[in-house]
Amino acid sequence: MSTNSTTVIRPPSPPGPVRWLKKNLFSTWYDTVLTILAIVFLYFVLKGVLSWVLFTANWAPVINSPKLFAVGQYPPEQLWRVGTILFMVSFLFGLSWRVWGGTVRTFALALVVAFSIMALLPISMDLKLRIGFLANPILTFIGYQAGRTPIGKSRWVAMGWLLSFVLTILLLSGIEGINWLPKVETGLWGGLLLTFLLALVGIVASFPIGVLLALGRQSKLPVLKGFCVLFIEIVRGVPLVTILFMASIILPLFLPEGIRIDRVLRAMVGMTLFAAAYMAENIRGGLQAIPVGQIEAAKAVGLNNFQAMGLIVLPQALRLVIPTIVGQFIALFMDTTLAAIVGLLELLAIGRAVLESNVEWKLLNMEVYLFIAVIFWVFNYAMSYASRRLEVALGVGER
Amino acid sequence: MAEANTTHSPNDDIIICRDVHKWFDDFHVLQGVSLTIKRQEVVVICGPSGSGKSTFIRTINRLEEHQRGDIIVDGIELSHDIRNIEAVRREVGMVFQQFNLFPHLTVLQNVTLAPIWARKWPNEKAEETAMQLLERVGIPEQAHKYPGQLSGGQQQRVAIARALAMQPKIMLFDEPTSALDPEMIKEVLDVMRELAYSGMTMIVVTHEMGFAKEAANRIVFFDEGNIVEQNTPTEFFANPEEERTKLFLSQILTH
Repeated sequence: MSTNSTTVIRPPSPPGPVRWLKKNLFSTWYDTVLTILAIVFLYFVLKGVLSWVLFTANWAPVINSPKLFAVGQYPPEQLWRVGTILFMVSFLFGLSWRVWGGTVRTFALALVVAFSIMALLPISMDLKLRIGFLANPILTFIGYQAGRTPIGKSRWVAMGWLLSFVLTILLLSGIEGINWLPKVETGLWGGLLLTFLLALVGIVASFPIGVLLALGRQSKLPVLKGFCVLFIEIVRGVPLVTILFMASIILPLFLPEGIRIDRVLRAMVGMTLFAAAYMAENIRGGLQAIPVGQIEAAKAVGLNNFQAMGLIVLPQALRLVIPTIVGQFIALFMDTTLAAIVGLLELLAIGRAVLESNVEWKLLNMEVYLFIAVIFWVFNYAMSYASRRLEVALGVGER
Repeated sequence: MAEANTTHSPNDDIIICRDVHKWFDDFHVLQGVSLTIKRQEVVVICGPSGSGKSTFIRTINRLEEHQRGDIIVDGIELSHDIRNIEAVRREVGMVFQQFNLFPHLTVLQNVTLAPIWARKWPNEKAEETAMQLLERVGIPEQAHKYPGQLSGGQQQRVAIARALAMQPKIMLFDEPTSALDPEMIKEVLDVMRELAYSGMTMIVVTHEMGFAKEAANRIVFFDEGNIVEQNTPTEFFANPEEERTKLFLSQILTH
């Protein structure tokens, strides 16, 4: 290799593919046997799966009802609202990519690729929709460029995301009395859109409530503490389905006549409270892991109780429980399917509705449910990937 | 409040403790401690472990609550009134045995946090002061590292800078060198000695008798929850009056 390697220690030879194979797959005779067995096994499994996916399966229900899977029965003439929300998200991803970089970059790029593929799908598609899909990657790059301007500050980007959340809800539901933004009954919301909304509202709202419950449970005020303990223990002692039933059927019975709370909202409240109770317990675990010395030091330098909590204890406690919290978010995302039981047409329920919409599709369960499973898997994997990267970035478990 | 106090003569009593009692359940930790400390005085508290010396200095900034007696710090009486407690804590800095730095903040943020939040200083002013303090304790180049990246001695010096950042009138040290490796003790004691000579009022719980001899105005010997004997360092080491003091001194000075 090197010609003048008199005193220099020879570096290990570069890990070529053959070397790698030999080291990892064929280093001993039983390794070799195992490798060959695994290859044979994988060959048959993959062959079976692929031939089913590509030749046997009938993807008609999925290919013919993309709109239903995406947004349910949301009025077609109002779909520009969903498009606007996607534009907003694409732009914000671009902006966050510039400002935060790292993992956000991966997600922004994944989004760009996903939208580009959708825009170029070789199926019959409204030209307007195609252009709409194509606009998303462009907006991401515009957002990325906008990151150079004064709005490219961490603070503004965070505010932007928060604002986009509020705007999303407003846009989707519409506002009474505004002609160009009429109300859209939540009964018409459905599909992936509804699944996302349920999960997002659950995640965004249950987090602060969970923090407050966890702090309340540690409080020295007996009434506050008692309330928090009671709430947490009751909710944790009951299945989510029960809570959803309570929220959708029993709650209206207690409300005075004339007051009706929206069905979707009721499900959201139920899921949020359910998630908050579990969140509280997870966060409490983190709070208990913080040494007393931290609180003493915070008080000794003159911080009051709120500052000591908010600046010293909570940031450290939350960092410790990120993996648990993300695990809970993933569970919550999948629990949204339970909303089908109280009559909401989220992704899973839409799948069933699609199957029943056409006599010829009746037996195509496999195709439809596999499709739904893949969608769930993609987003869950994204969440757990983000969590792992966040842990690395924050140095969890180093210390 | 700060201006009102500067009109006092420098020899005023800044800490007055009268008949302070404290119990941990049935255990009577402090059994009527009375101690008065003057401005700019440096007092070293020593005594066997379990004698209540740490508990005592922790009552001065109310990390421990006393159950009987009075503690008056810089004219403010410590009671259940949280405003009084917070006012006292702003005037009293504390350094802990285990440093207790905030591991999720950089060294600079550790030092600027309290001035920004409790004194409402603008960031620039807090950072400028913090850098001066880090200079003073000899580690300005570590400002942007995290506490976990520093040695024990460096961490303890950051802790001293953090306490000084609030511009306290009194500094409490709770066994500041006990958790340090021997070679790092000196760097911390040097900073403390410099602080003592600069006129800071200090109460130091420590076993470092060399520091006591050099820097203290008075040594207070604790045993079984009360003060057994107190004197100037020279007298204390040369002519201890009580048997318990003699025994303690013979134990710590022979090795």
